[in-house]
Amino acid sequence: MTPALLIFILLGIIAVASALAMLLSRNTVYSALFLILNFLAVAVIYILMGASFVALSQIAVYAGAIMVLVLFVIMLLGTQHLDPRETLKWQRPLAIVLTLALIIQGAYALITRYGFQYATLAASPEFVDPKNLGMVLFQKHSLPFEVTSVILLVAAIGAVVLTHKQKKDGGA
Amino acid sequence: MTFAMFLEWFLKALILVLGLTVGFAYVTLFERRLLARMQVRIGPNRVGPAGLLQPVADAIKLIFKEELIPAKADKILFVLAPVLTVIPALIITGVIPLGPPIRLFGREIALQVANLNIGILYLLTVTAISIYGIALAGWSSNNKYSTMGALRATASMISYELALGLAYVGPVLLAGSMNINDIVTAQKPLWFVVMQPLGAIIYLIGANAEINRTPFDMPEAEHELTAGFLTEYSGMKFALFYMAEYIKMIAVSMIGASLFLGGYWGPGVSTYPWLGPIYLAIKVILLLFWFIWVRATWPRFRYDRMMAFGWKILFPLALLNVLVTALVIVLIGG
Repeated sequence: MTPALLIFILLGIIAVASALAMLLSRNTVYSALFLILNFLAVAVIYILMGASFVALSQIAVYAGAIMVLVLFVIMLLGTQHLDPRETLKWQRPLAIVLTLALIIQGAYALITRYGFQYATLAASPEFVDPKNLGMVLFQKHSLPFEVTSVILLVAAIGAVVLTHKQKKDGGA
Repeated sequence: MTFAMFLEWFLKALILVLGLTVGFAYVTLFERRLLARMQVRIGPNRVGPAGLLQPVADAIKLIFKEELIPAKADKILFVLAPVLTVIPALIITGVIPLGPPIRLFGREIALQVANLNIGILYLLTVTAISIYGIALAGWSSNNKYSTMGALRATASMISYELALGLAYVGPVLLAGSMNINDIVTAQKPLWFVVMQPLGAIIYLIGANAEINRTPFDMPEAEHELTAGFLTEYSGMKFALFYMAEYIKMIAVSMIGASLFLGGYWGPGVSTYPWLGPIYLAIKVILLLFWFIWVRATWPRFRYDRMMAFGWKILFPLALLNVLVTALVIVLIGG
């Protein structure tokens, strides 16, 4: 057993445990914190693969920016404590069925592609060097990249429009 | 990895952390003496020669203070929050080179804990997660003032982080690398502050907001929020928040010195490498002086004005700076 594999197993346990804790916690602030822990564990797995640029982007964007906003909204609205009763009765069985389907699908893809062997996956070279990543992103995949940026722009404009309307209704 | 390598890394990390902690103790004294001078007072001068033992006295006092945890507080997060605030402050300077490599005990030793090829991104990432400590401190205290302080801290940090991140882009473009070593080496002929005056000013303002100091100390505005997120903290937990604030002040000074003021470069460094850390220390002390000077001179921003300033003035200016720098480099060829 190599040290890398040991670290990977440890990280895997942390990632899965924090994901479960996020779902099962009835306190939304704790849920958000467990999700951050999950992001951090996944980021360290990326570092293990040699893709440190992707790892740091993961932390900066997901753990650093998005989760700060989520936490901000939870604190601002004061909705820390969820009702312990189930509000949507059909949600749990449906979630179990869908999760099982996803796990079987993922396991099938992994086994048919790689068999039962495990190997330390190394990231492909374009993910290691930020320069190469930029080249790939802007030359090979420039259309999806630009489409994504337009979608984000639409979301930003939408947010601006929503707050603008609210102000007019409230002020008049 | 050999044992010697492990020992080298361990010692470097230990020296950096201990150095920052001692630095924190003496920056508090530096600030108190300097503020006193600027306000025509004398300041603490009784403990030890010229007040030099004042930080020790403060530390002993804080250790023996009673620690209170509010009954309605979220105890786990209340205890965890000061720790989460200090750790990012301690680790952020790991990528800053303190000097050129030196030869010691027959080994080439880089005066830097980690030489990352994406050092700038590391700085951004650690700054981005440093907000959680303050946000959780405010929320877990279960106190209106604390929560208000935490919300203000979160909002202001998100706003000023954008301008700060864009201020980093100027030196990255000029050096053509995200490695801080390369950025410092590229400043050997000319400091980047000469080519990036706007970027340097935006960095100084953004950094000041990022470390929550006057005129951006809204989260702990004592006239409006008693002490903001610090209201319920006492004893060593309070001291940890203080430690984080001052260590962050040293850290942003080190980053600013490395990105805009030539880092460890100065006359004679090429022949005498040990001069590097001394030059860096001088630049850091000058920047610390600047931050203290600003605190003594400027009144606090009004909260909405601060947000408007960040989004409507600083952020567009930073974008413009990146655009112009990139254009010039493409036209002239960096």
